[in-house]
Amino acid sequence: MIRNHLPALIVIVPLLVALVMPVLGRGDKPWLLATLASWASFAMTIVLQVQVSGLLRNPAATPAIISYPIGNWQVPWGIEFRVDALNAFILLVVAMISAVVTFYARLSVAHAIPPERVRFFYSAWLLFISGLLGVTMSGDVFNVYVLIEISALASYTLVAMGRYQNRKALQGSINYLVLGTIGAGFFLIGVGYLYSVTGTLNMADLSTRLEPLHDNRAVITAFAFLLVGLSVKMALFPLHGWLPDAHGYAPPIVSALLSGVAIKVGAYIMFRLAFTVLGVEFTFAKLPTGPVIWLFATLAILVGSYTAIQQTSLKRLLAYSSVAQIGYIALGFSLANENGLTGALVHIFNHALMKSGLFLVAGIIAYRLGESEIGALAGLGRKMPFTMAALTAGGLGLIGVPLTSGFVSKWYLVSGAIDRGLFPLAFVVLVGSMLAVIYVWKVVEIVYFRPASDSAAKVTEAPWSLVFPAWILVGASLYFGIDASLSSGLAQEAARFLLSQS
Amino acid sequence: MPFFELYNYWIFILLMMIGLYTIIASPNLVKKIIGLSVFQTAIFLFFISLSKVAEGTVPVTVPPAEVYSNPLPHALVLTAIVVSVSTMAVALAILMNIKQAYGTVEEDEVDQAEAH
Repeated sequence: MIRNHLPALIVIVPLLVALVMPVLGRGDKPWLLATLASWASFAMTIVLQVQVSGLLRNPAATPAIISYPIGNWQVPWGIEFRVDALNAFILLVVAMISAVVTFYARLSVAHAIPPERVRFFYSAWLLFISGLLGVTMSGDVFNVYVLIEISALASYTLVAMGRYQNRKALQGSINYLVLGTIGAGFFLIGVGYLYSVTGTLNMADLSTRLEPLHDNRAVITAFAFLLVGLSVKMALFPLHGWLPDAHGYAPPIVSALLSGVAIKVGAYIMFRLAFTVLGVEFTFAKLPTGPVIWLFATLAILVGSYTAIQQTSLKRLLAYSSVAQIGYIALGFSLANENGLTGALVHIFNHALMKSGLFLVAGIIAYRLGESEIGALAGLGRKMPFTMAALTAGGLGLIGVPLTSGFVSKWYLVSGAIDRGLFPLAFVVLVGSMLAVIYVWKVVEIVYFRPASDSAAKVTEAPWSLVFPAWILVGASLYFGIDASLSSGLAQEAARFLLSQS
Repeated sequence: MPFFELYNYWIFILLMMIGLYTIIASPNLVKKIIGLSVFQTAIFLFFISLSKVAEGTVPVTVPPAEVYSNPLPHALVLTAIVVSVSTMAVALAILMNIKQAYGTVEEDEVDQAEAH
């Protein structure tokens, strides 16, 4: 009985718990409840993934599609949550990262936020998570807009809470708010154009009704608006201007979720609209989406990595690296073949593990040192061995060294580019990795080969409740680099599903 | 003439451009937020214009009318207004914090304060 309501429960549990938060007192209660809620969502997501994925039940089975009409209002009139091979996979990433990061949050949040604000922090935190989970499952384009805005509004406040550490967070937050709202506004205009020609908002219904309308100018205009709006949300170059300040000055755990998950959800909506709603035929054969995204993805990888090299703050370095990683995801999207899409989707998974893990490490450093300047890390390799080992392992993943998960996604991306005969793009992926070597080495060199300063001499290893969750994520990213059958299997299943849609 | 018949769509575009221009051109953060509000209002006008059916009346009539406007975009706009108001509230709360932290809401002065 409860199994039938899983799609709704996954969103509603954190949403309702968020509303309870403000009446809880100080202390650890808000954290405990938030952790329980996020783990409950994660557990339900796993059950849902097993129900949907053919891979986990029987390799020969085709992936199932679960349709959940909210309030039992029949589709296409009511709002539908629709879970298929693609979004079950993204859902798993979102729920997994939020669960681990929430578990980590207790000390980090107590350090970064004044005690009387902590419960409000967790309230916004859970709204953010439930918004992201909802966007992933929703099968109704207007509902997607509303849920994007729920998660975005919560994330603006969360970023602004970085002000207790550094007032620049406020500037980052307001820029993020203005650009994020314009992006969502463009998305809404695109939805309006689609509605004006089809009279429906349901994604499955839209895709059947749009089929004869591919020459319609309103549909092309709609696609342009949707693409630009979502590019802002996923911070695709050159629309990434808001990202470095927002991700660089937010409290560390907020950065972990923003960089690891929030921008990926924007990318997911792009996959969803381009492949299942509008169709490969329209997006890639009729319109020159491929070459346009190749250009911007290439620039994102090169400019993002190059700017990351020049940063002096660890969190800003990681933020610029995210700009580059989004470039890889967009590149895989634009290749529109099985290997390319698998690469993009598995990179969503792998990068979420690595980058969230690295931001958790940045949080540990901020907890111990009170800052995240790279210069302050000198000599900490001996003082905080486990933390710094996590930093190094995550960094190797960003480079894409073999036996890390970054290698797996880049392998698929390069094969995808070669399948299409696009050797320059394969070369761009390699150059991006070279640039990543430089910015990761810059940090590793300071950590291990510089003498510790006087203030750093007294630093000791951080408490296990911080180090352990960071290692869960980094360790998982190493594990999925050695045995990628689960992560790339699910991604491949999702990629095949996407290509079979048109 | 179709140009004048579709005047509400032209106003939508005009309002959108005014909003975006204000966001880009004004160094005052409060004015930027006002620009953002104008931009969102333009989108509401776009949705409302979509719902208009020629010669149609209000959708709620007793007894039911033969030709009536499409009520769905109205419901959508209502939701979008709620989103817009919440955005405004969050934006103004952040601006209050900026004023507290920097003593100004002019973007160039905030940048200057950070440069020192």
